[in-house]
Amino acid sequence: MDFFNYWVVIALMMTGLYIVMAQQNLVKKLLGLNIFQTAIFILYISVAKVLGGTAPIYTESATLYSNPLPHVLILTAIVVGIATMALALALVVRIHGAYGSIEDDEIRDRSKQ
Amino acid sequence: MISHLPILQVVLPLLAAPACLIFVRARSIWLFTCLACLLTFGISVALFLHVSDVGPLSYEVGGWPAPWGIEYTIDSLSSYVLLLVSAIAAVVILAANSSLGPELPERQQPAFYVLFLLCLTGLLGIVATGDVFNVFVFLEVSSLATYALIALGRQRQALWAAYQYLIVGTIGASFFLVGIGFLYALTGTLNMSDLSERLVEVEQQQLLAVAFGFVVVGIALKMALLPLHGWLPNAYAFAPSIATTFLAASATKVSLYLFIRLYYGVFGAETVDALLPVSIVFLLLGIIAVLAASLVAFRQSDVKRMLAFSSIAQIGYMAVGIGVGSTLGLQASLLHLFNHAFIKGALFLAVASVVYRTGSSQIDAFRGLGYRMPWTMAGLVLASLSLIGVPLTAGFVSKWFLVLAAIESGLWVVVLIVLVGSFISLFYLWKIVELAYSKSDSEASRNEAPPLMLIALWVLVIANIYFGIDTRLTVGASASAAATLIEGAPW
Repeated sequence: MDFFNYWVVIALMMTGLYIVMAQQNLVKKLLGLNIFQTAIFILYISVAKVLGGTAPIYTESATLYSNPLPHVLILTAIVVGIATMALALALVVRIHGAYGSIEDDEIRDRSKQ
Repeated sequence: MISHLPILQVVLPLLAAPACLIFVRARSIWLFTCLACLLTFGISVALFLHVSDVGPLSYEVGGWPAPWGIEYTIDSLSSYVLLLVSAIAAVVILAANSSLGPELPERQQPAFYVLFLLCLTGLLGIVATGDVFNVFVFLEVSSLATYALIALGRQRQALWAAYQYLIVGTIGASFFLVGIGFLYALTGTLNMSDLSERLVEVEQQQLLAVAFGFVVVGIALKMALLPLHGWLPNAYAFAPSIATTFLAASATKVSLYLFIRLYYGVFGAETVDALLPVSIVFLLLGIIAVLAASLVAFRQSDVKRMLAFSSIAQIGYMAVGIGVGSTLGLQASLLHLFNHAFIKGALFLAVASVVYRTGSSQIDAFRGLGYRMPWTMAGLVLASLSLIGVPLTAGFVSKWFLVLAAIESGLWVVVLIVLVGSFISLFYLWKIVELAYSKSDSEASRNEAPPLMLIALWVLVIANIYFGIDTRLTVGASASAAATLIEGAPW
């Protein structure tokens, strides 16, 4: 179980990607996308962990710290993810207004009309 | 002053975007955006001249030295692409106010300009930065702005196209993020020049291959390389015409730039090809893209869609240039990247003028337009000639270099593909031209596009002819960029 984090990352990533592809409902697709992105966040955080290291806050008692840089990167990526999700949900609201549905197949049918 | 230009190039449109909202009337916002785009263009000209005279320029954001801080680096390749993107933005924005009139309600127009500037910021940022994580951030800045720009389209399908592009685009950007995450885990750096030095020492070749794979697939999605092009036709067809013009001329080009920068400049083509058959895949996919997308373009009845498929085919040419693998092949790709931006910009702007006057981009709407909008159609014909690759146009220069590169490498099939692809494009463009110059039943009076749209169109058309005759700028810059990249020294 040395690589437990990474197995979780792979499982979550594939689950998310599968939901994006397999689901017909636009909101559920976005949930899948969110799970996919979260898996990447966990990947970065796992990379940052130094075994035996403490949180990267300077104290007298600690000599070994985890790498803070990926944490900062992922803070940025989380913000980007939230912006993407907000835009996507806004689009879903507009799609619902314009098509009266948020199901992939129904929208495809109505697009052709 | 000159040392601050790399960051100003990106920060200026970024600050101009929210500043737009100081103004109330859409017309004032448009004038302000024009000013911002012109200044941005001025900065890129200054950078281009500086880099070609003095040499590469580096800027440490916040005074933190690289590789700890974020570094912005402008070399011959990035100054060349910055010049292209900002020039396209400055020309396209001239036509925006007229073109948006019938396509977007007045109260939504401010949003267009804000999004336009944000999209420009993202694209310029991708090119200017020397830090791979910063690339991801700018990639998302430009992508989010692009999704919203597409959603501004008149028809409800625009929303659907924007949603689909959002899903695919986010997956592409996330793949890129996974890739650079692996690279960071392997090397402990995100700075491009630092990364290129440290990648040589990496021992875990398998993980390196995975990292390259994620990065390449992520970027290929963004640049709409053939099997990953699904988002592009709907997005281009349903976005507001002027947004399509800008995106078609710049967005996919910047993704291609990013690929070239990472593949040659950072990873090293030989290192990647030892692990993954990237150049062969690009060659094959490029060839399929040229043939398949051109044939599909021929069958379209909506001209915007037709040109969108043509764009996928043209991306194919650029991929073929990379796939050939020689310095000359890379130079051909860089030339086509530049020239195609002007070609597609001109073509989509001509279509935008037609949409302005007739309200439709269906091919039937073009009937008799050669007499009603003679200047617009003349521009469309000249840009079409350039797309086909007739001598004395920009399109000829890049295809000529691609053919030269293919002959040099003994890839005769590529020569054949270039000729066949050009031949098919002649057919689908002829469909438009033939209709435009056939007499229509109801003889309407002359009804030319608004002056600013015509000026913008003709600036692009003249650029097409100018870069077809005087090739010093394009050939010189692409030659020096290609030589630097192939030698493996990133900067």
